[in-house]
Amino acid sequence: MSTHIVSVYDEDLKYLTRRISEMGGLAEQMVAESVRALVNADLALAQKVISDDTILDEAERQIGEKAIITIAKRQPMAADLREIMGSIRIAADLERVGDLGKNTAKRVIAVSSASLPRQLARGLEHLAELALMQLKEVLDVYASRSPEKANSIRERDNEIDAIYTSLFRELLTYMMEDPRNITPCTHLLFCAKNIERIGDHATNIAETIYYMATGAQPVGERPKDDTANTVGAIGN
Amino acid sequence: MNMMSEAAVEKALDRKMNAVPFKMIGKDVSVYYGEKRALFDVNLNVRENTVTALIGPSGCGKSTFLRTLNRMNDTIDNCRVTGKITLDEDDIYDPNIDVVELRARVGMVFQKPNPFPKSIYENVSYGPRIHGLARSKADFDQIVEQSLQKAGLWNEVKDRLHEPGTGLSGGQQQRLCIARAVAVSPEVILMDEPCSALDPIATAKVEELIHELRANFTIVIVTHSMQQAARVSQRTAMFHLGNLVEENDTDKMFTNPDDQRTQDYIMGRFG
Repeated sequence: MSTHIVSVYDEDLKYLTRRISEMGGLAEQMVAESVRALVNADLALAQKVISDDTILDEAERQIGEKAIITIAKRQPMAADLREIMGSIRIAADLERVGDLGKNTAKRVIAVSSASLPRQLARGLEHLAELALMQLKEVLDVYASRSPEKANSIRERDNEIDAIYTSLFRELLTYMMEDPRNITPCTHLLFCAKNIERIGDHATNIAETIYYMATGAQPVGERPKDDTANTVGAIGN
Repeated sequence: MNMMSEAAVEKALDRKMNAVPFKMIGKDVSVYYGEKRALFDVNLNVRENTVTALIGPSGCGKSTFLRTLNRMNDTIDNCRVTGKITLDEDDIYDPNIDVVELRARVGMVFQKPNPFPKSIYENVSYGPRIHGLARSKADFDQIVEQSLQKAGLWNEVKDRLHEPGTGLSGGQQQRLCIARAVAVSPEVILMDEPCSALDPIATAKVEELIHELRANFTIVIVTHSMQQAARVSQRTAMFHLGNLVEENDTDKMFTNPDDQRTQDYIMGRFG
């Protein structure tokens, strides 16, 4: 896109883009590390994730402030306005992703005493891989602003949902096998839910990018394969 | 691509606006100043009881178009207008039309407040007097009060109606000019950058006024302030180099315009 007549305006917008990318990188790292800490029962790594969250929170605040000042100063229109509003929304989604990573990290202590069945750890890792890939791709789309790619990410969230549902069933089985599994398995259930939520935030971000690029909302319901909310219901 | 198609959005917006009838219709309007062509086949319709904003960079033809709507261009030597403009059903360039009467139906407010060097009262009563709209003093008093009320100026000037209009502040003078335009009960009011000489408070008062006037009048406003166009109008038309680039619902125009030139202009970018 052509540049603004007032060149500092471009600097303001670039600042937002740069900070969002930084936030994205850190959020990705936090999620990856939280899952690694969980699988390896690595308390030190979990502690690092917890303390990294303050950096992410601070970044979100700074992006919000810059966005407000830019709106007040430049009275942005059309694509510029969407760009700024989009930054605020994406920063909020990334901040939530960080919170979810932090929450997973906090559970490491509770879970680390119990030995995780290898298969379960694999399942969680796989779920995390998918969510992280989703997050990484959405951040790439943020850089390219391609509405087509944003839409394809949105359509892929159901993969994560499906795996989450199968993990949910698996955890239930462990709990039924031995009541001593209930505490760690409940924590793991929350961890799985955290990771699944990251996929949702990636989808939110994809939708925001779509709106930033086109000015239109993507149509149609999000694909949903998360059927965990009906597991155990009669006939299921 | 999976988005609400442009056409569908268009349709939804049009449905809202389509219910509003056209007050003035401009068809293939071109304007020449001597050899120089200033407007190229502009097709732009003005909807009733709607504020239509004309925007575009300097020299784009927006003021020229505005002036064709009450034949202000007649006053400029070697200016020639082609095409057709109608007010309701009447062709305003019909040789039989009375231009003075036309300008009573299509009033105008200018960039710089230009009250007559007379009293506030006479500024407002002048139009009704020459158009024979009132006879008795009581009638004139009523028109003056109503017009000043409509222009949101009554409370500020009611105790000094016989002081000169030029003694008012800039913002008050502009509202006096609006009262003067309103006094002859026009159907359409044209405003050529009415706030460009006013401070933000006076501007806000005029904008508030435009909002209220819309109930009774059809308004066409030329403005250089994008924010003002976004605030006061329901429809916006973008001009560029004598061409009408885009005319759209104002909400759409300032969030997601169709034309790249509109996009660049409203965002303050190089084309």
